[in-house]
Formats: sequence, C-alpha cells, structure tokens
Amino acid sequence: MLNFDLEQDQLILRNTIRDFAEKEIAPKAEELDEKEEFSVEITKKMAELGLFGMFVSEEYGGSGAGYISYIIAVEELARVDGSHAATVAAGNSLGIGPIYYFGSEKQKKEWLPMLCSGEKLASFGLTEPDAGSDAGATKTTARQTNDEWIINGSKIFITNAACELSGVTIVQAVTGKLQNGKKELSCILVPHGTPGFTQRPMKKKMMWRASNTAELYFDDCAVPLDNTLGKRGDGFSQMLSTLDGGRLSIAAMGLGGAQGAFELALKYSKERHQFGVPINTFQTISFRLADMATEIEAARNLLYKACWLKQNKRAYSKEAAMAKLYCSEVMRRVTHGAVQILGGYGLMKEYGAERFYRDQRLLEIGEGTSEVQRIVISRHIGC
Amino acid sequence: MNIIVLVKQVPDTETRIKLKAGSTDIDREGINMVLNPYDEFAVEEAIKIKEAGGGSVVIITAGEAKAEEAVRTALAMGADRAIRLDGAEFAGADSYSTAKALAKAISAEQYDLILCGKQAVDDDSVQVGTLVAAMLGIPSVNMVTKLEVAGGSMKASREIEGGHEVVEVPTPCVITAQKGLNEPRYPSLPGIMKAKKKELKAVALGALGLSADEVGAAGAKSAVVELSLPPERKAGQVFEGEAAEIVPKVVKLLRDEAKVV
Ligand SMILES: Cc1cc2nc3c(=O)[nH]c(=O)nc-3n(C[C@H](O)[C@H](O)[C@H](O)COP(=O)(O)OP(=O)(O)OC[C@H]3O[C@@H](n4cnc5c(N)ncnc54)[C@H](O)[C@@H]3O)c2cc1C
Repeated sequence: MLNFDLEQDQLILRNTIRDFAEKEIAPKAEELDEKEEFSVEITKKMAELGLFGMFVSEEYGGSGAGYISYIIAVEELARVDGSHAATVAAGNSLGIGPIYYFGSEKQKKEWLPMLCSGEKLASFGLTEPDAGSDAGATKTTARQTNDEWIINGSKIFITNAACELSGVTIVQAVTGKLQNGKKELSCILVPHGTPGFTQRPMKKKMMWRASNTAELYFDDCAVPLDNTLGKRGDGFSQMLSTLDGGRLSIAAMGLGGAQGAFELALKYSKERHQFGVPINTFQTISFRLADMATEIEAARNLLYKACWLKQNKRAYSKEAAMAKLYCSEVMRRVTHGAVQILGGYGLMKEYGAERFYRDQRLLEIGEGTSEVQRIVISRHIGC
Repeated sequence: MNIIVLVKQVPDTETRIKLKAGSTDIDREGINMVLNPYDEFAVEEAIKIKEAGGGSVVIITAGEAKAEEAVRTALAMGADRAIRLDGAEFAGADSYSTAKALAKAISAEQYDLILCGKQAVDDDSVQVGTLVAAMLGIPSVNMVTKLEVAGGSMKASREIEGGHEVVEVPTPCVITAQKGLNEPRYPSLPGIMKAKKKELKAVALGALGLSADEVGAAGAKSAVVELSLPPERKAGQVFEGEAAEIVPKVVKLLRDEAKVV
C-alpha cells in the first residue's frame, strides 16, 4: 500500500522547526555568514529543541523520533540557512550516528547523553590532506602499546571539531596490516583535551561560513584501547555505513536549500515589476519557477523514499547516493535560477539568494563528491 | 490550579487563501494549518502557571480531526490532556454556537482558570472567550498582556488607549491572551514524542449533552452570507519631476481616483 501522508508528529515537527528557523536563525544568518562566526547560542537553542539525537532512543537521551523526522528537521533548517543545517546534520549523522550504531554500551552511556543534550558536539574525522575521495588512503596511524593507542597524523575539513562545544572526534586511523596486505582501518574516539590532539579552525570558506570546520593534528596522542569504536578493523565498513546515512542529511540540505531559494524567488517574482507588470507574468520566469517546483517535488519524493527504506531497515545505499546526487544538483539549478530571477539583487548579500547559491556548492563535494555518488550508483546498477 | 485552554487550528498566516467555489468557506485542501498564534500565548501562560504552582492543563478544541495536530502541538508544549468536540454537527458554527459547545464541555471539568487567545486569526470574530465566560456565568478579562495568580483571584494587566490597566478578578474566570503576554516555547522534540501518548479524547454530541440544534450551523445566531478576497493591488505609480509640479497631480489623483482626500 502506497501512502504519502506524514505522521501527525512529523507535521508538528515541520511547523515547529520552520517557526524556530524563521524566528531564531533567519534574523542572524546573514551576519553570522558575513563574520564567519559559529553561534554557540543558536546551537544550544537547537539542542534544547531536541535537534541532536533525534534517531537515538530515549535511554541514551535521544527523542526516538526516527530518521524521517530527522531529515525533515534538517530540510527545514536548510530552507533558512545551510550553516545551521550543517551543524545539526554533521552532529547527528557523523557524530552521534557512529557512536549510537557501533559504540559499546559503555561508550554510548558515556557520550550519547551529553551529545544529545547539546552540551558537546561530536565530529567524524575521516578526510585527510591526501585522502579525500579515496578515504581508504588514510595515513593517520594508531600504534598499540599495552593498553593505549598512540595516534599520529592529521585530518582536514572536519565539521564541528574546533569550536567551544567540540567534545569528541571519531578518528579513522590505520591500526595495522591485514593478511591480504591491505590496511587495517579502525575508528577511535578521541576526546577533545587529550594531550597531543590539537585543532585549528579553517577560515575563509566560500560557504557554510557559520559552520565550524577544522584541521586536526595528532602528535603522539594517547587514548585507551577501550576507545576503539566497535571492533578493531571495522573502521572502513563503519565509515561506509556512516556515509550512507550522512548522504541522506546532505540530500536534505539540498532539498531544503532548494525549497528556500525557490520560495524567495517566487515571492520576489510577484513583487518585482518591470515593463509595468510583475515579472512572474513573463513566461520565461514562470516556466522556470514551474521547473523548480517540479524538480523539488521529485527530489523530496526520492529523498523520503530513501529515508523510508532506512527507517524500515531495508537496503538504502543506492537510493541514498541517488538522493544525495539529485537533491544537491536540484539545489544547484534552483539557486542558479533564483539568482537569475532576482537579477542584480540576486547577487547582493542582503537579498539572501546568493547565500543559498554559495551554500549549495559544498553539497556536490562533501560526503562524497557527485562523481563519487555516480561511481556508487553505477556499481549498484551493475556497471 | 486547574487550567483549561481553548484552542483553534487556523491556516498558517503565510498561506495563500483560495475560496471554495459555491460556498462561504475557504478551500482547506493542501494548506498548512497551525495552532492559532494567540492561543500559543494562552497555552504558554497555562503551562507557566502550572510549572510554578502545580495543577493541570487541559486543552479543549472544537474542530475536525485535522485539528488534532494543533491540539498535539499544545500537548507537546506541556499540556496534560485534551478534548476535541467531534462530529459533523459541530460544523458551520458561529462564535455563539462554538462557545455554547465549549462551555458545555468545560462545565464537565474542574477548573479555576480558562485561558484562550483574544481572537482566532482566521475569522477574527474576537467573541468566543467572552461568550464562554457569559455562558458559564463567570468574569472575563480580555487582551491580557500580564497575568499573576493572587490567591483566589487573578491580577491581569491590559494595554489600554494611552495607558495600562491592572484588573483583579476572582477565579474561576476567563482570560484572553494578547501578544506580549509571554514568549511561547517551541514544542521540543521529546515533547512532541511524549504528546503522542497523552490522552486526546474525542467527545461526540451525545456524550456532551447537547442536542443537534444547539450546536454548529443549526445553533448559530448568525450566518456568513458572502466571502470574498480583497481586490488585487494594482501596481504603484511613480511620479517624476519637481515637487511643485507633481504634488498637484498626486493630490488630484488621490481625490478623483483613490477618493481618499
Ligand atoms: C565544509 C566541509 C566540511 C567537511 N566536513 C567533513 C567532515 O566532517 N568529516 C570528514 O571526514 N570530511 C569532511 N569534509 C571533506 C569532504 O568529505 C571531502 O572534501 C570530499 O570527500 C572530497 O575530497 P577532496 O576534497 O580531497 O577531493 P578529491 O578527492 O581530491 O577530489 C578532487 C576531484 O576529483 C574527483 N575524483 C576523485 N576521485 C575520483 C574518481 N575515482 N573518479 C572520478 N572523479 C574523482 C572528485 O570528484 C573531485 O571532483 C568536509 C569538506 C568540506 C569542504
């Protein structure tokens, strides 16, 4: 039976997050973007709303609202501002997710309550200067002593890892060599404040300027062996599975950002008069808006279906890659169109379209570039 | 303190309203419905009073099943349970027959205080709170911007023309909320999840103890005979040139065309 109705609690959630984003984030988004400033205050407010740990069960401090609800929340945040959507998406999909899905009972009890309450943020340290799309090329090493890992290496572009709230980074490191000669990769929880672990915020970003991005350095950084996430050697599969989930939240950012840019352009096109009439009476403009609305509808259906598959514990890896690819490219076309419809004003910060336009750019790069999504999809379809 | 909050679900103020052809109603298909913004103040105030001094908060609405979304929003904010007057007989009500049904539902409950928004932003009739008070034979204070519990009475502040008035009324009473009364909280996600499990009772006409001719369209004292959208705004006109030259033109148009001076 096919059913496109959202649950009542999901409708309430959507209205609540929309209201919150419009009242609490929208008035500050432009300034935070301009100053390239991460807002602890708004992050705390998002945490109070329960935006961290939405798919985590109540016993660990989550709300058990499920994956579709989480995606709706990210979508609604991104409809107003990409940076704040990124803080929530990375905090959940990349930070809380791996600990919740792969952590030991002790790790879950130790970290999840403070991550779900927003007291601390978790981050996922995978990318390295020489290991981007080729995430298996990780060079960071963790050498085992009696009861400790000694970590050496560096990470780059790690979201939420160098701000006041950063609490723990899940670090993918080479922990040995497998019999087949390949690297053994493991994920290790490294609390911020551990000696030998330093973070440097990365500035001068084109987009997500109010989201915190960090370079991380490990210099004989020692953590207990107990900090291994799940089993030693599971790092690579944990990473792949984390990215599957992460892709859904990037897709949600594409969908929400497209929606926000579309609404802005639609409103503007009704108010702006040229040649004595509102510009949306020109067919070139109205058809472009019609195309935007159509693509957004298709994007939403694809993304929600992928989330539904995940929520119902079905295979969703292919659909997640498709949703990520499609939603981020829809947002590209929509933000391009929105800037065009606003004309010169589309290029001015004050009008908002340009921020959507810039924020979109990351979506085709982060958590697997569009090229990588096409590789994933082509493998799924048997190429 | 046992508090009852009356709420209504209304179209989101951003919604583009369309009329339903051949009726005196709007087309509700596909529009986003929300908890009436003034009712949010009422719900928040009730929860604050309960948090400070204990008691209970019960939400009552007269609306179709879809309105349960607004009711659950109030439950997610922290109200304890809810009642929805359920049935086709309640449809087509005016302020009078709505108040009649609500007052009857209220009288089956224990209450010290009844809160509601000063008006619903869809039909703007601004009558239901006062009517309910009259039907229950209790006092009411409208458009309250500050409320304090003072023993067996309530101290309510209101903004009046050029000043500020503080009124004291004995409980039970009806207070209608004006913007400024408080900052309504956002329902938190855990709150939304908990609200799913809170009691929301649908009460039919029979159980309420009223007859079909007392409620809805049948019990109404007034009827909407026409509903129309405001005329489309025409594009503005820009006058260029020296002030001395254009002012007379503008005045002439204001007098002859806009007929405002
Ligand atoms: C703001 C921001 C936040 C981020 N947050 C995180 C985070 O929290 N955690 C984390 O671990 N990482 C994070 N990243 C890193 C991000 O995931 C990587 O940038 C991304 O995976 C791409 O890697 P790269 O930048 O090294 O590009 P490269 O891998 O060097 O790619 C360069 C180009 O080559 C193409 N390419 C590469 N390989 C192939 C191939 N096999 N076939 C075809 N084309 C190919 C790519 O598609 C791309 O166009 C973040 C990045 C940014 C910018």
